Amino acid sequence: MKVFRGMSVGVIALGAVLCVAGQQPQKAKLSGNFANGKEQFPRYCNGCHGVRGDGKGTLAPYLDPKPRDYTMGIFKCRSTPTGALPTDEDIYDTMTRGFVTAAMPPWASLPPQLRMDIVVYLKGFSPRFAHEAPGIPITIPGETAITIDSIKRGSGLYKKLECAKCHGASGHGNGPDAPTLVNIKHEPLPPYDFTATERFKCGVTNRDLYRTFMTGMDGSPMVSYADKLTPDDAWDLVHYVRTLQTTRKSEENRVLETAGGEKSLNAAHP
Amino acid sequence: MPRQAITISPDEELSARIKRGRFPLRRGRFCATAMAILLLLAAESQTASAIPAFAKKTGLRCSACHEAWPKLNAFGQNFRDNGYQIGNERDSPRYISPLYWPAGVRYTPQWHRERNSAQATNQSASGVQPLSTQGFDLSGIDLWTAGILEKNISFLVLPSSDEYGNFHFESGWVRFDNLHQKPWLNVKAGKFELDEMISEKRMLTLSQVGGIYQIYHYLPLVDPQAFAASTQAAGETGVSTTGFGLGDNQLGLEFASHSHDDYTRFSAALLTSSDGNVNLPTSKAYDTFLAASRQININSLGPETFGAFSYIGQSPTRYLTQTPSGGGAPVNIAGSGYGNKTFTRTGGFVMFSAKKLDVVPMFTHATESVNIALGIPSNDTLPAGVRNPSWNGRMLELYYTQNLQFIVIARYEDIRNSRQIFASSAGNFGDMDVETIAFRWMPFMHSRAGLAIAPEYSKSHQIGASAIGSNQTLTSAFIGLDFAF
Repeated sequence: MKVFRGMSVGVIALGAVLCVAGQQPQKAKLSGNFANGKEQFPRYCNGCHGVRGDGKGTLAPYLDPKPRDYTMGIFKCRSTPTGALPTDEDIYDTMTRGFVTAAMPPWASLPPQLRMDIVVYLKGFSPRFAHEAPGIPITIPGETAITIDSIKRGSGLYKKLECAKCHGASGHGNGPDAPTLVNIKHEPLPPYDFTATERFKCGVTNRDLYRTFMTGMDGSPMVSYADKLTPDDAWDLVHYVRTLQTTRKSEENRVLETAGGEKSLNAAHP
Repeated sequence: MPRQAITISPDEELSARIKRGRFPLRRGRFCATAMAILLLLAAESQTASAIPAFAKKTGLRCSACHEAWPKLNAFGQNFRDNGYQIGNERDSPRYISPLYWPAGVRYTPQWHRERNSAQATNQSASGVQPLSTQGFDLSGIDLWTAGILEKNISFLVLPSSDEYGNFHFESGWVRFDNLHQKPWLNVKAGKFELDEMISEKRMLTLSQVGGIYQIYHYLPLVDPQAFAASTQAAGETGVSTTGFGLGDNQLGLEFASHSHDDYTRFSAALLTSSDGNVNLPTSKAYDTFLAASRQININSLGPETFGAFSYIGQSPTRYLTQTPSGGGAPVNIAGSGYGNKTFTRTGGFVMFSAKKLDVVPMFTHATESVNIALGIPSNDTLPAGVRNPSWNGRMLELYYTQNLQFIVIARYEDIRNSRQIFASSAGNFGDMDVETIAFRWMPFMHSRAGLAIAPEYSKSHQIGASAIGSNQTLTSAFIGLDFAF
């Protein structure tokens, strides 16, 4: 009994120590371990992405859209300008978040260190990472107020920038150009249907959407609008696109509803 | 238009390993030869045409969810807790091909050797003698079907048979997941495994001795000499009225909560007091089970989990009876049980991970009413000197995951009785020690099928367990071809 009690006390003490010591690490403080990433990549990733990271895993034939080809060093979800390499944190965030309309699951339940180890390993598939530094993350200014005027301006930008050609007038992803769209590997890539999900491809917040407008999604027809939109314009567009996302309650939809709904958008733009 | 069967190319990793001539186990001529044959068989099997059902569903290979199947890793536990949904927008069946049928089969052809050091026989002068037997054999079969009916409504049905083909429903439930879009609100009803992080249903050992967690199933041994010497009333059997085991699936309603990342989990279940047996065979009573666990991360080591659980159960000690129309002894009327007495199981565990090594200590404390332990009706006078028995269990389980395809398992359990039923019994009467060592080698891995070659040796030793009260040692040597498709 003394031994049992002693071990029980040991377990409780260990639990207490783990509670104190095991704070969730911040990803910025993580340093990836290539060797461990190499060991863990087959467990979680290469069924789809392939042992060489070329997106030709054994499951790839059954997946649509196809898994990312890491050898190209091209990533959709980045905080860096179009054409630049992503930061480690960008890839880490993508892995954590998963892709909402693809087979890529959110790996948030994997330990943070393990996720960063895999990030470091998968970068090794592309020679770009050996020769280029990642881009500098764009600056995201403070969000402007969500008003009906902002939403109206965003509606106007949606038309002016011809977003509807791909995403459709109501954001269903059924614009006239939709059937023709392909990614950089000439694989069909339907545009995002804003009305179908509660999330966007590269995140769930307004900041994530702003970032997507300004960085673009490299390798896809969604280009960067950093040279076409001022920061205020981009926030207006964010606010309007939010109103197309009818599956999620949002301040934008509340403001629009209060102002009289979609009819109010047909009034003259300020 | 009918969908054509698609040929799966050989697993790339396996092919690469074959080319390099590198295998997890290449020491020893026998091992190398055996594995070469098995690898060839495995590689051959991968060229078969198939439509990988789970690839269609999740697009993931089995190692994503299983440390070594069927043992779940953190991601697999999250997938399970989230109602078999991976958390993107493709979880709903409306996005899945009508041809997809979420079914699986698990079966284990095997060879095994069993030895009992003290088997009761009529031929032995002492009443017991050593007995061993061996040969090729079959397991029962599990016919799994599980998935989701609609987004956030999951289900599982598991018809299962014993070795003779006698089927029963091992499990069957519907779960409402993420109510109000919150992972903290999940409700499951039906027959299900208790919310145990150390799952007996997913254990990696399969032999007769090592195929269960003894600390989940131990029941106090009744000292036959002390029982015979006690004053007995009619109806006293000396046999426990419950065959309860923490590893048994139970019938009831479970409320489960977990954080988004599954690091924090807790659950509460209200269960019919029947040890999972259907058709309400006992009484109108209910049991409760509570569990909680917390996972944390230590960067250089990995996920560490600790938790606790408690089961409070009841078992009737009396029944209304009816004499069969043809005469004979009165039989209990199902569902008429009364005179309930209680039993408890409480425990705690740590799942400590240090890179490739997992160390899992678990402790349990159990109590039981002496009426249950001796089968004494609640209105009978208890024999003099009997007490409610209690015992403690300890388990230390080690996993060494060499790589995706090879895992070593070692386990030690002991049961120590802290209070005997009869004061006159020896303090260590019924105490038990169990040691198990095994490994599983999985020669290939893809998302539809899994095969594990699983050798195992297990030995239990229990004080006073034989028919004549002598010590009893059981050993199992086992090698199985454990496959799921």
